[in-house]
Amino acid sequence: MNLNNIQSLPFSLPEGLLAVGVVGLFLLELVVKRKALLGELALVITAAVTCLVAMQSGGQEGLLFGGMVALDGFSIFFKLLLGLAGFGAVWMSLGSDEMRDEHPGEYYALLLSVTLGMFYMASATNMLMAYLALEFVSQVSYVLTGFIRGSRRGAEAALKYLVYGGVASGAMLYGMSLIYGLTGSLDYAVISQVMAGLGSGGVDGAVVAGAQPVIYLALVLVLAGVGYKIAMVPFHMWSPDVYEGAPLPVTALLSVGSKAAGFAMMIRFFYPAVSAYDGDGNWLAAAGVDWQSLLVVASMVTMTLGNVAALRQDNLKRLLAYSSIAHAGYMLMGFVVMADDGLRAMMFYMVVYYIMNLGAFTVLLMVLNQSGREDIEAFKGLAWRGGALPAAAMLIFMLSLAGLPPFAGFIGKFYLFAAVIRQEMWVLAVVGGVNSVVSLYYYARIVRSMYLDQPAEDAPQFVADRHNGLLVGVLAVATLVFGVWWRPVVALADRSLSFFTG
Amino acid sequence: MDHILTYMTFIPLAGMAFILCMPGGATKAIRLTALGFTIPPLLMALWLFANFDRSTEAMQFMERAQWIPSFNIQYIMGVDGLSVTMILLTALLCPICILASWNIEKGVKGYFALFLLLDAGMTGVFCALDFFLFYIFWEVMLLPMYFLIGIWGGARREYAAIKFFLYTLAGSVLMMIAMLALYFYNEPHTFDMLVLMDNAGTYSRTFQTWTWLALFIGFAIKIPAFPFHTWLPDAHVEAPTAISVILAGVLLKMGTYGILRFCYPMLPLATQDMAFWALAALGTWNIVYGALCAMAQTDMKKLVAYSSISHMGYVMLGMATMTVQGINGAVLQMFNHGTITAMLFLLVGVIYDRAHHRRIDGFGGLASVMPVYTGIMVIAFFAAMGLPGLSAFISEVLVLLGAWQYSPGLAIVAASAVVLTAGYMLWMLQRVWLGPVNEEYASMPDVNAREILMLAPLAVIVIVLGVYPHAILDLINTSLTAINNTVLSAVPPVASLPLDVLP
Repeated sequence: MNLNNIQSLPFSLPEGLLAVGVVGLFLLELVVKRKALLGELALVITAAVTCLVAMQSGGQEGLLFGGMVALDGFSIFFKLLLGLAGFGAVWMSLGSDEMRDEHPGEYYALLLSVTLGMFYMASATNMLMAYLALEFVSQVSYVLTGFIRGSRRGAEAALKYLVYGGVASGAMLYGMSLIYGLTGSLDYAVISQVMAGLGSGGVDGAVVAGAQPVIYLALVLVLAGVGYKIAMVPFHMWSPDVYEGAPLPVTALLSVGSKAAGFAMMIRFFYPAVSAYDGDGNWLAAAGVDWQSLLVVASMVTMTLGNVAALRQDNLKRLLAYSSIAHAGYMLMGFVVMADDGLRAMMFYMVVYYIMNLGAFTVLLMVLNQSGREDIEAFKGLAWRGGALPAAAMLIFMLSLAGLPPFAGFIGKFYLFAAVIRQEMWVLAVVGGVNSVVSLYYYARIVRSMYLDQPAEDAPQFVADRHNGLLVGVLAVATLVFGVWWRPVVALADRSLSFFTG
Repeated sequence: MDHILTYMTFIPLAGMAFILCMPGGATKAIRLTALGFTIPPLLMALWLFANFDRSTEAMQFMERAQWIPSFNIQYIMGVDGLSVTMILLTALLCPICILASWNIEKGVKGYFALFLLLDAGMTGVFCALDFFLFYIFWEVMLLPMYFLIGIWGGARREYAAIKFFLYTLAGSVLMMIAMLALYFYNEPHTFDMLVLMDNAGTYSRTFQTWTWLALFIGFAIKIPAFPFHTWLPDAHVEAPTAISVILAGVLLKMGTYGILRFCYPMLPLATQDMAFWALAALGTWNIVYGALCAMAQTDMKKLVAYSSISHMGYVMLGMATMTVQGINGAVLQMFNHGTITAMLFLLVGVIYDRAHHRRIDGFGGLASVMPVYTGIMVIAFFAAMGLPGLSAFISEVLVLLGAWQYSPGLAIVAASAVVLTAGYMLWMLQRVWLGPVNEEYASMPDVNAREILMLAPLAVIVIVLGVYPHAILDLINTSLTAINNTVLSAVPPVASLPLDVLP
């Protein structure tokens, strides 16, 4: 189905609720006395939005708002994930001491807006819409990064983020304009048809010969925009500083939400829009433009650089920033195989990554709340001074991030490797494998600090707070359960890999 | 008994869950519980030993269930003569190691919980017949091992633990790549090891070579074969006694077990090509190198660790010969080395518990101080030297018999290395147990009942297998002969021949 603006509204309930929430929170801040209520309201809204998205699952598919956004399995999958990311960020903010006194109305309204923007990033099927959604997410993220007034680190991070983001989205816009020039349309469906025409010789062969370098350039420029969102090398430089400077819940949202949204947008653009489906699970690059090799190299460089740089980090936020760069590299392994099983592996991995990374950030939040520190020293002897359960959870998350069985992270990596090896891309597989080993070193450093090091004599007892502990517990159990029984997640990813193109 | 292998694997896991629910202060109860959960697997292993059909090479006590059908991952358990021997060794060593851990005082609950997890992982590795399942069990062992060395180990425990962890993980990542390569090479895709073996005739030579190398490196790290061995002395020296026993007794065997279980039947052509350099020559080098290193050690435990490298060399050499004697000798040597090295580590542990150091030159004349102890020790030492009448003699002779048929040059080198073994063993014996009594340790108490309880069964096995090796040889012979024949009879797949040579 292809619906106009009015007809689309019943199918945009989750987005609508988010928008209402944004406005409502701004207004409520003026009248509500008990400020904590605002956060709780935001929590309810994100939960309700996620439920609404889940109810759309399995329903009608189609294009909304005159072809601007798609409502299909793929977008529903990512909206679920992003809704949960929003929920997680709000939950963490409620349990965060540093966010306690910071204008909660504005803050939660911004968290909801960034979620809304990410929803549209995942479902946009029009270059204009995609660009607007990306910019929306970026702008709000800059504000959220520097949200704590008086924090110099935060202000610096926000400015860096802004400058990098401006350049990246400018480059992307230029790439999009080139595509528009070639195809005469902003619409993904039209672009894919014209591209297929270019590939098969088009109206006359000369067009193809001239078009190839331009398409290549355009794709590289678009890659700059989305690559910056997913923190792919060489567009990753902002992420360590921003992760370190931003308030912890925002950092968590950037690493699990905005990365997933970036990947969703990237997949939608590089697959249904500029590649052709052969009906048998494989994709062919349009017009014979070989963006695959470029991204194979990008994937290897991204994971290697992320892991090597993480080895020497003492600040946990920075360490997790580099680790999340490395994970972008792993996920790209699924992206470059040009096949459905690669995309499914990516989608599976993103679910798992959400669970384990959010969990790691939440444990870090508990430690930060208690000690006011976020470096590895704050974890010293955690298991022996009252933090046995958070330490055990952190252990699970770290080993899962390193990709060890029987944790979900291993299964995610397993599917990515399977997709790569099916295409016999041995070099990529071996580089990915070596990287897993390297990454174990720094994840194990945290484990070592918690378990193998004895706490300092004067170290205070660790008291786990229930609010964050609940989230950590749920995520840790999920990491374990999906490590031995991941059939439902795989089934969801299988079912969700459908692009509605009209 | 249906599902016996599942029970054997998961009873220790249940024990872990049980211990985690116990109050941490009840140390005595925890120790007894841990012991209690390792006894049923031992009894089951003995039952397996009694009821195992020795006349067939087919897998027995098979269990099969779907796990993740969309990726064709199954839960398959089953044993043949090779694995049943290893399971027996594991089940035997685990209760002994619990006894050896009796005087662990720090974090008792965590220690025994992790130990039981390790037990479950080890048993699972030897039972699994689905490659994916095998891999999971293989990896599950890493984590408890890391903690057992890293928390309860000696002075440099953190370094040793992470080194062990990284080395092994590097090997397993290669193994995973090989596993997926095998999976996608077969049509329909499968991890079922029996199918992977049946289809071995269809794998091209190039494919076999690369897959073989990836698997081999993974296993060679575990054996550990030169040059991947450097984690072993560190891990052994730092690990608590019981963990050293498990490391040397069971974990090292997994390397050679893996080669026999995967490389031989699944990649026979590559095995033919690689056996000389990767197994025979490298194995012989391991024998000599390990022995020479052992000779230079001043720490008793490190000496025993290097002697393990040397003795595992015989296993590699034996299996490389692809003769019935050689391959039988190799697996018998795996079992014997498991019992003898376990004894050696336990004996060193006994002294360390009393003296709190292990320097070879720090003692003297212990034989007159601890007569019972010395009696048991002499059995272990002479067994390790390969003296006739004790178990290792049979396996080493079988290996050398095989090696002589295969390559007399290597056989001569390997046989001469026995002199080196006798050298470092006797030299240590002389410096620690003979000579004038070191006054500092003149009043060291002799072994107590618990220590005798853990050492005596092993000593009995060493002696019994020295005169009646058929107890194990009967068990393994049929299966190993079949594996050996697969390799010997392998020919390149027809499809890879040029078309014009076909009639």
